[in-house]
Amino acid sequence: MAQQLTQEIEEKDRLALAEMNQPLILGNPSYHDVTRVVSEIVEVRTPKIWYMALALTGGITAILGSMLAYLVWNGIGVWGNNSPVGWGWDITNFVFWIGIGHAGTLISAILFLFRQKWRTSINRFAEAMTLFAVACAGIYPAFHVGRPWRAYWLFPIPIADHGMWQNFRSPLEWDVFAVSTYATVSLLFWFVGLIPDLAILRDRATTKIRRTIYGVLSLGWRSSSTHWKNYEKAYTILAGISTPLVLSVHTIVSFDFAVAILPGWHTTIFPPYFVAGAIFSGFAMVVTLMVIARWVFKVEHIVTMKHLENMCKVMVATGTIVGYAYATEMFIAWYSGNPYEQFTFINRATGPYYWAYWIMISCNVLSPQLFWFKRMRTSIPVMFVVSIIVNIGMWFERFVIIATSLHRDFLPSSWGYFHPTIVDILTFFGTFGLFLTLFLLFLRFLPMIAVQEVKGTMAAEKH
Amino acid sequence: MIKALIEKLLTPKKGTFGVAANFESVEGILSAVMRARAEGYTKLETYTPFPIHGMDEALGNPPSVLGYIVICIGLCGTATAIALTYWVGTIAYPLVIGGKPLWAIEYTLPIIFELTILFSAFASVLGMLHLNRLPQFYHALFNYSGFSKISDDAFVLVIESQDPKFNAERAKQFLNSIGGHVVEVVEE
Repeated sequence: MAQQLTQEIEEKDRLALAEMNQPLILGNPSYHDVTRVVSEIVEVRTPKIWYMALALTGGITAILGSMLAYLVWNGIGVWGNNSPVGWGWDITNFVFWIGIGHAGTLISAILFLFRQKWRTSINRFAEAMTLFAVACAGIYPAFHVGRPWRAYWLFPIPIADHGMWQNFRSPLEWDVFAVSTYATVSLLFWFVGLIPDLAILRDRATTKIRRTIYGVLSLGWRSSSTHWKNYEKAYTILAGISTPLVLSVHTIVSFDFAVAILPGWHTTIFPPYFVAGAIFSGFAMVVTLMVIARWVFKVEHIVTMKHLENMCKVMVATGTIVGYAYATEMFIAWYSGNPYEQFTFINRATGPYYWAYWIMISCNVLSPQLFWFKRMRTSIPVMFVVSIIVNIGMWFERFVIIATSLHRDFLPSSWGYFHPTIVDILTFFGTFGLFLTLFLLFLRFLPMIAVQEVKGTMAAEKH
Repeated sequence: MIKALIEKLLTPKKGTFGVAANFESVEGILSAVMRARAEGYTKLETYTPFPIHGMDEALGNPPSVLGYIVICIGLCGTATAIALTYWVGTIAYPLVIGGKPLWAIEYTLPIIFELTILFSAFASVLGMLHLNRLPQFYHALFNYSGFSKISDDAFVLVIESQDPKFNAERAKQFLNSIGGHVVEVVEE
């Protein structure tokens, strides 16, 4: 009896161990198989569906372009921004897109430093997402300045058309530095990671034009031990500096609010709360896109269920942190004894924007709790739906923070309400077109999986 | 001048670059390096589809100096940010806002931090390219018939002609004897 029990326990342990050590790459492919599977995605004849998808997303991007042109022609009055809600959808969408980008840097930098080998199958994809999300985010502040042809005034460039210089006390100026540094460093990090994989495409090229283009882009990379030595050092340093960078970017974005004295914004919890929310929404976006991409491009053995499951685990963790932050905000508002602070938070949950608040709570706090169950976090339909719900919820979080804090400030005579205009809505819709267009181009012309890193992981697993 | 530069970049040098052989696996290339060093060869280089743990130790290569470059340039970024915010705040455009000082570490810290990161990132990428002598659009190894397989799944060891013990025939024999495939003398 006792022996049988011991055997059963041993068997269970063995199974648990086997599950923990699931191989990251399934089916035991050779190095050549990995090269082939990933490279062929960009080498086969362009599928018709790609053109159709590009036409669709290109059309949506055209809507973005025409809305921005209309805005430049007429001024930002075409948006719903008013007094007192001077920041409306524009800043909501800016924070939304920046936040989405953060998962890419988290996967490429922070998980790299923690030696999380599972990142190698998804990091290239997530980094691309970062870049395209930051591009969408950048549109909003650039056009919100009202005269976008003078947006360069935000940068300390000695151009003599005015004698003025920037005010470095302003969090908005910090944001200029943070976001532009973030975009530049993300681009550099992404490009460094791409060099060896571009060399693969160069070496496999069958036409002269492909060989020339990928040859120039890969800069003559020849995979020597010296190359790898300096490359790995550069990659580690970039990961090391990107880690505080990504934390600083959303911290500084949250300073745009926290440094103001408006109740609902003026809180010290904002930096960690914004960073957690950013990672949460970013992982949700990676899951949404990856579920589609791995199915369309048949790379399920490289981007396995284990990768998706890990991302779901990150979502339940960060979603719960975000829920905890909502509770803390409420508690501190009550505990502070400050009547303005208390009013703001009660107004958030029960005032004219109550619907936005409860959408936010149910999407962000309740929906990811499903991922406590293994069956849920290994189900593709469930994770796909939840990841979309989470992104809707995270958009509402930014909207709630911005609109509900602004629409009722200290003076009841200046209270108002925010209605988005059709231009607001179509501009936001259009940024999805831009995001997806850039993504389609990336999937068509660049390796979507970091081939050399996957091979390194395979080699490490063999030992 | 540009034309001359392009020609210089594209014209091959004359002579022998070395003898190359493919060892087809991580274990294969590591043991080949060990045996080549035991044989007395010193000018060795390996070409592999991904970085191999322990290869630098096996080859006896010193660690990368990139870290020193990055910290120097990164600190230049720090200094640039301090100088910029100080010059703008106190000399070029002094403004008193909210009774705050013209320059203070508290509110310039974000700028200082971001510029340090920005300079470090450029230093690590450009420094890496410089140390690797990239971009370089011609290299003798491109003449090796197995070159295009390196980025895929070939593990190539080259005994370079600058090695004091170098003799093309003997190196070829040696690489064959330790199990190398596609053993070739690679011309510049």
